[in-house]
Formats: sequence, structure tokens, C-alpha cells
Amino acid sequence: MSSQKTVIELRDIAKHYMMGSEGFYALNQIDLDIHLNDYIAIVGSSGSGKSTLMNLLGCLDYPSDGEYRLKGTNVATLDENSLADIRNREIGFIFQNFNLLPRASALQNVMQPLVYRGMPLAERKKRALDALTMVGLKDRVGHVPNQLSGGQRQRVAIARALVTKPAILLADEPTGNLDSSTTIEIMALFDQLHRDGQTLIIVTHEQEIADRCRRVITLRDGRLIDDFMNPLSEEQEGANG
Amino acid sequence: MANLSFKIIEGTRSAGQSIFAHGFRSFLTTLGIIIGVASVIAVVSVVQGFSASISQQFDGMGTNVINIEPYTPRKARLQGVTAKISYDDFLEIKHQVKGISNVTPTVRVFGPNAVAAYRGQSTSTMVIGTASTYQKLYTVYPDFGRFFNLSDDKSRRRVAVLGPSIINKLDIKGDPIGQHLSVSGEWFKVIGIAEKRGKLFGFDQDDFILLPYSTTRALLGGAEEPNISISLQVDDMNNISQVKQHIKNLLRRNHKLAKDAADDFKIATADQMLDTFNQIIGSTTVVLGGIVGISLLVGGIGIMNIMLVSVTERTREIGIQKALGATRFDILLQFLIEAVFLCLLGGLIGLLLGFGAGSLISVATDLPPAAVPMWAVLLSFGFSAGIGLLFGIIPAAKAANLDPIDALRYE
Repeated sequence: MSSQKTVIELRDIAKHYMMGSEGFYALNQIDLDIHLNDYIAIVGSSGSGKSTLMNLLGCLDYPSDGEYRLKGTNVATLDENSLADIRNREIGFIFQNFNLLPRASALQNVMQPLVYRGMPLAERKKRALDALTMVGLKDRVGHVPNQLSGGQRQRVAIARALVTKPAILLADEPTGNLDSSTTIEIMALFDQLHRDGQTLIIVTHEQEIADRCRRVITLRDGRLIDDFMNPLSEEQEGANG
Repeated sequence: MANLSFKIIEGTRSAGQSIFAHGFRSFLTTLGIIIGVASVIAVVSVVQGFSASISQQFDGMGTNVINIEPYTPRKARLQGVTAKISYDDFLEIKHQVKGISNVTPTVRVFGPNAVAAYRGQSTSTMVIGTASTYQKLYTVYPDFGRFFNLSDDKSRRRVAVLGPSIINKLDIKGDPIGQHLSVSGEWFKVIGIAEKRGKLFGFDQDDFILLPYSTTRALLGGAEEPNISISLQVDDMNNISQVKQHIKNLLRRNHKLAKDAADDFKIATADQMLDTFNQIIGSTTVVLGGIVGISLLVGGIGIMNIMLVSVTERTREIGIQKALGATRFDILLQFLIEAVFLCLLGGLIGLLLGFGAGSLISVATDLPPAAVPMWAVLLSFGFSAGIGLLFGIIPAAKAANLDPIDALRYE
């Protein structure tokens, strides 16, 4: 078991939407603790509230109700600028469609989050190069996204998410646009990050991906219906280790 | 904002990248600003060059010269009355006002298009009857031959001093001095050619014929006394206002003006004329500036339009930036800087084009050389930046207010 130090506490979180005159809960009564170095898959069919939970965890959205503590701070009550700062410092986003800035080189993409915390260019460059080296793209730093393969683009995105040394890495269907061999490469990279102590949360509907994670959380109709430690992943880790 | 300057530097960096990534579109976007600023600078440079040259010409005239011209007030004009200054007025001023010299009458004779002819060639020109003192007042010294003198005037000699352009217009060959030409059917002997003064605003300053005043009087006959204007020199600059007052009293008495009646003449000094001229130049500049301002405004609307399109196009990018931790202010600043950057770039290009156009215009039309004053440069840049700020704010605010989730989902 990893250390029980809690990074995220969700207490009775709800997200309510109005659709015309009718309201509905995208999320309801969510209680969840995420610990340091957790390796979590959030699964569920579409419409189960996965994306909504992801947006809440990523501080892109406010819950309608409940309490969200990130490293002890209740972020549900923070203003927009503070949320932007939290996103910058504590959260690393990885998206299905990579979401790189199209005109910027790999290096510039990875440096971008550091701009928002006012880091000087030289230091940004050094950190970004380190991150790109870590994901194995040392030779591709000057390439723009169009000149990179899907797997390489996702590696740039991972480097960009890691460069700020965030508390949690949030990946939304990170392999959804990748072929199976690239998927294996990216998942191996996630495994590596987990071993290095990173806290990871992966939203996925692919069973193979979920199987690699150590903890699987299942949502249905906006409710958390299952949360279990994955025996398969322990096995795998044992095999790898 | 302790790190505002950092943000501005970073914003400028990213604005530069974005502008040059869409080079042609950026150029088209800022074309309105380019044309606007280019026209400001072209107009201002020509007007300023013109103004500088006029001032120079007035300097030649001396500040101690007073000009008296008939002036018909509006009300009198409506009643069909025309103000007049007569030769008697001239004589009274000459003999009664103290501390003045070179009192000179001038009269336009034979109408605005008097005809001069020489050996089958004829041309219309400006014919002025004046006294020998004219050359001292207006520094019209003869290049060849001589100016007419007191004796020419007294004995009504039929002699003429020509502006140098007349020689070309009438195709006078050989030495013009001593040759004869006809002015409105009367024969005159050429005794002098004035110095060349050149063209001003396409107006030839060398196209004139000067005749002795008394000769023109004799030619016109006694039918109607001509309307003249009087120029004179004040010997001591300190007395200039007293002299003006004295002339004013004298003319009012001569013209039998009632106490509450307005003057039917105008007494102007060279300084005043220069002031009037500068006022005209000033208001011309303001009017032209206003027109150009409107064109800059239109350019600004073009910028706003394209910036709005650009914000929509980059919605997803904005979402990404927000997910990476950009605040509203970061995004706002980024788009504002981009708009201002674009406008300043347009301003710079416009400045260079405008100066080029101004120089071309002055070369092509014989105007004095174009001059761009510093204030026009600063004003153009300031205005461009202002336009960028003003019209950048709406697109920038739109970008800053995008919801990160919606923006990330935007296809």
C-alpha cells in the first residue's frame, strides 16, 4: 500500500445542471479520498459523470454543493484567479486530443505553464528540456505538433503536465487517439511515473487501461458505485518489479 | 501586479509569434491603420513644408511693414457698397503720418487677366501699378536692367519691370531690356527683369508686370478712381501701434465713418499676416486630421473585427492556456498586446509610406520639401496604440471571459 497521506478529499460533492426547465445531477453524493501516489482509473459509461468529475478535480469547474479539499485547501470557495493558480501549480492535464498549442514548438508548449508563474526564460527552458528528456523527446524539442506523431504529441503533453511538478496528474482518455503499440508505450510511461511517486488519475472507458491502474473507481448516473484496489495491477507490478 | 512587466514582455513575445505566423492576414488587418497613418503623415509633411517656406517668405518682407487694404464689412457688402482706398488717402498718409517711409501704392490694373503681347505671342498675367519704393518693401530687386525710379513715375513713362516668367511666356528672344511689349493694347518699354522667386503651391510667383503707378493712372483715365492698397515701412518698431492708430484715425476721418461704424479698411502687419496664415494652416491641419482620424477609426473597427474572428478561431487554445493556469488577466493582456502590437506595426509602416508619399508629392508639384515634425510621429504612434487598445478591448475581454471547459471542448 502507498502512504496514506491524503492529497484530495471530496465530501458530498454534487454538480447540478439545468437543462431547459428540468434540472439534473451530473454528480451526486460523491465522497472520495485520493492519496499520495495513488494510481487511479475512473471508469463508467458515457454520461456517467466522468468528465464532470474530471473538470471538478482539475479545478476547471465549481461543484454545486459539497467540499473539495486539495492538499487541505477548500478549493470550492476559491475565486477564479486562485483556481487558475491551483491549476498551474497542483494539476497537470493530459487530454485525449493532446491539446498542444499548434503554432508553438514542443519546447514552447512545455514552457508555457511556467510563463504563468512568472519564471524567467532561462529557467523555463532548463526545466522544459528536463521534462522533454524524461519523456524521451530530447531530439524533438524544436518540432511543432504537426511534425510529431500522435505518441510523440502525447509525450509532449505529458512533459507539459509534469514540468510544473503538480500534485496530481489528470489524464482524460489519454490513449483514446493512439494505436495499440503507442498506447502501451504511454501506459508504460504512466507506470514509470507511478513508481517515481506521482499521483495519477486516469479517466478511461478502456478496460485494458483500467486494469493497469491500482485503484478503479466506477461511476454510474453521477454516483460513485464502486471503488476497489485492483488485484491485477498488483500482480503486474510484482511481475515488473 | 508585481510581475506586470514580465507579463507584458511575455505577451509581446507571444503576440509577435501570432502576428508573424499569419503574416498576410496581419498585414490586411492593419492596412486600415497603415493607410490612415500614411495619409496623416503625407498631409502633415506637405503642409508643414509649405508652412515653413511661407514663413521664410514673410521673413524677407520684414516685420516692420504695414499693409492697408480696403475691406467691405459683410453688412455693407450686402447693401452693394464696396470699400475703397483712394489716392488721396495715400497722399494724406504719406504726408501726415510721421515716422514712416517707402509709402507705396499698389493697384491691380486691367482686371485679373490683363493681356500682354509681344510679336504675335500673347499671354494673360497680373499687372500691378506701383511706385519705385515697391522694390524696397517687397524685396523685388531687378536681376537685369533697373527698377523704375521717381522720375519714371512723375513723368508717367511707359516702362515696365517684368517677372522672369513673362520672358518665357511671351517667348522674348535676346536681351529683353529695351524691347517693347503691349499691355492691354498700350506699349511699354522693358527696363528691368525681377529676380526669380519660383513656384508656390503651383502658383507662379514670377508671372507679373510692374508699371509705374502714375502711368497706370493716366492710362485708366479719370473715369473711375482705382481702388488701391497701401504698403509702408515703420521706421521704429516701437511706434508700430501708434502709427497704426494714426492711420486708422486718418482713414476713418477721410472716409467720413460714423463713430459706431466699422472700419472699411484693414491695417495688417507682416506679423499679423503670418499669424493669419498660420491660423489657416492650423485649421487646415485640424480638418485634414479629423478626416484622417475617421479613417483610423475605420481601420480600428477592421482590427476589432479580425481580432474577434481570431478569438473564435483560437477558442481552444485559450481553453488550453486556462487549463495550464492562465488567469483572465493573462488572456486579456495577451490579446490587448496583440492588438496594440498590430496597430503599432501598421503605424510604423504607415509612417514610412506617408513620408515617402509626402516627399513624392512635393517633388512632383514643385512644393517645398516635405518635413515630418516629431509631434506628428508621436501622435500617429500614440493614436495607433490607442486604436489598438480601444478596439482590442472587446475581443480581449471576450477571450478572457471564455469558460475553460467550453473552450476546451470547442471544435
